[in-house]
Amino acid sequence: MGWFEISMLILNAMLLFSIPLLITALGGMFSEKSGVVNISLEGIMVFGSFFSILFINIMQNQFPSINPTLLILMAMVVAIVSGVLLSTLLAFSAVNLKANQVIGGTAINLLATPLVVFIARTLNDVRTVQFSNNFTISKVPLLGDIPIIGEIFFRNTTLLTYIGFFIVILASVVITKTKFGLRLSSVGEHPGAADSVGINVYKMRWAGVMISGGLAGLGGLAFVIASSVSFDGNVIGYGFLALAVMIFGQWKPWRIFMAALFFGLMSALAFKYSLIPGLESFSLGYLFRMFPYVATIIALILTSNKSRVPKASGIPYDQGSR
Amino acid sequence: MNRFEQTLRKILSNRALVNLLATLIAIIIGISIGFVIMLIARPQQATSGIRFLFGSWLSTNTPTRIGNWLYYATSLIVMGLAVAFAFKTGLFNIGATGQYTVGLFAALYVGIAWTGLGRFQWVVGLIMASLAGGFWGFFPGFLKSRFKVHEVISSIMFNYIGMYLVNFLISNIKNASGQLLLFDHSYGRTYKVATSAFIPRSFFGIDLSSIFPGSEIDIGIILAILLSVLVYFVLYRTKFGFELRACGFNRHAAQYSGINENRSITLAMIISGALAGFGGGLFILAGRVSNVGNIYKIVDVLLPEGFQGISVALLALSNPFGIVFAGLFISFIQRGGFYMQTLIKNEIVDIIVAVIIYTSAISLIFQTRIANWLLKTRSEKKKRGK
Repeated sequence: MGWFEISMLILNAMLLFSIPLLITALGGMFSEKSGVVNISLEGIMVFGSFFSILFINIMQNQFPSINPTLLILMAMVVAIVSGVLLSTLLAFSAVNLKANQVIGGTAINLLATPLVVFIARTLNDVRTVQFSNNFTISKVPLLGDIPIIGEIFFRNTTLLTYIGFFIVILASVVITKTKFGLRLSSVGEHPGAADSVGINVYKMRWAGVMISGGLAGLGGLAFVIASSVSFDGNVIGYGFLALAVMIFGQWKPWRIFMAALFFGLMSALAFKYSLIPGLESFSLGYLFRMFPYVATIIALILTSNKSRVPKASGIPYDQGSR
Repeated sequence: MNRFEQTLRKILSNRALVNLLATLIAIIIGISIGFVIMLIARPQQATSGIRFLFGSWLSTNTPTRIGNWLYYATSLIVMGLAVAFAFKTGLFNIGATGQYTVGLFAALYVGIAWTGLGRFQWVVGLIMASLAGGFWGFFPGFLKSRFKVHEVISSIMFNYIGMYLVNFLISNIKNASGQLLLFDHSYGRTYKVATSAFIPRSFFGIDLSSIFPGSEIDIGIILAILLSVLVYFVLYRTKFGFELRACGFNRHAAQYSGINENRSITLAMIISGALAGFGGGLFILAGRVSNVGNIYKIVDVLLPEGFQGISVALLALSNPFGIVFAGLFISFIQRGGFYMQTLIKNEIVDIIVAVIIYTSAISLIFQTRIANWLLKTRSEKKKRGK
């Protein structure tokens, strides 16, 4: 294989790894913009991926000839709904009961994996849920023929890749251009001020957390579809990595997009570096996989003075203390 | 104010008692929800399942099973202490898992490579594990005190950095003859430590393996309990511990009164990491039943011990002695789950623990609400009585 083919393969894999991170990190952004730290992205991804994959598994058994595009659209709805449902636990504890958001989120992470593995094992005796992964789009007509760009973005993808692109555009419009987005940001920056001009802080925070739940659930589905043919009870830390992507992207949709691509590239290198001539004989995979986390730490240090973190993120809002 | 209100106020103003009550209520809620899930999943087996959680597994083979229970409680207690030490300084050490893994690696290296140490190999192994864990805890602490980087985010990152670094080192360290020193390729896991490096089973003449014959137990459990006394002493009986707790209560007030907050944060994370690293050392150096030992598998998934430590610390509200009981409790129901696997899948135990943690996270608000409600209904009744 020549250098060109290798870099095309790696860039194509980058896209597959980036999309789940992108969708989930945008979810995290909505929650933090409203002032709630959502550390439970990991658990919500597990939850969303489990129920949507279980749904796909059942549908594929019941209706073997079902159209894959239709099925994945339905599975996306299942993933979003189950993500939203689990996130209500965080919203209830963090917004209404003003509990510590990190502890509440940790409890949800602790809950998600055993709960879905329990259901899987009770139904089938094994923790994995199989499905036949016929959702890959090997080549988008016309666009796939464009040199370089076509090979990276329009071959070996899934529908979720384009949904991911669409969500970035949507998120950026919603956050910067709509009344809802600006109110959401104001609630995360200064809830007292927002409340005083008649914005319902609790409602906005519920909305932020539920959007993050829906997106994280979808991200979970994207993770499984991109990487395997079965769900086996975890998303190998992609939820936490998505938090890093969100911080790296400084809570801004387009920067999050770039950060997700960077993190995806590092994951792709970790899995495919042995293709690169001269590197075959080392086991460097772990170093590549370490790199996004090290980069996040460096980014956190560099941006510590001018971080764009929402000011009230992580602090419960008490109307009485306004 | 009548007598009822007085006693109620007295009870509610006793924080330790309220905390204990709230924890008990959380446990009852957790087990009830677990029972409902069992009823839905396996209606016929639910009652015997709940009996297992309450200890019916202890009735056969009792000494061995008690020994195993104590063995599995050890890491829960040590990791609980690690997380709690940071909590007391107002820090959430979600990175205990990474510190545990790094400590485990250090002890593994000592246990395999430094066989010349003889009797002291396990001691050196545990010391090196603590140092390695402390080193790993230093980073989030330093980043917080120097750059104001939130410790939750940085310690999550250091979990993964630590895990991948350990995996990298294990799959690359070679001995003098060029063979992998730690990694056993044929099984896809590490080698066991040398038999001479196993943690002993008798402690100043108390032979645990004869009290609990056939069990996994070693003196780790005694070390864990001693450690809880040490942590209590440091936190509540020294100036240093007072400074740490002051930072945890109100860091601005602590700073104003001349306490060096940055130093306290960094030191607290180092000590918390050292405790977690010690836990990793205890795991990898354990001899277990008939010296089968423990191994570390190279998979890309974080070890669960650090997160279990968070559960233990939260359940015990970071009280060092409470942690011993919380660790014993969680280990107890985990053992119950282990023995009932043929009836009901043992993930039910993790579900119950998660529900307990969630409930205790929200219980503070309930405590005040229930108190207000009790007082209100009482006074309304009184009015109606008039």
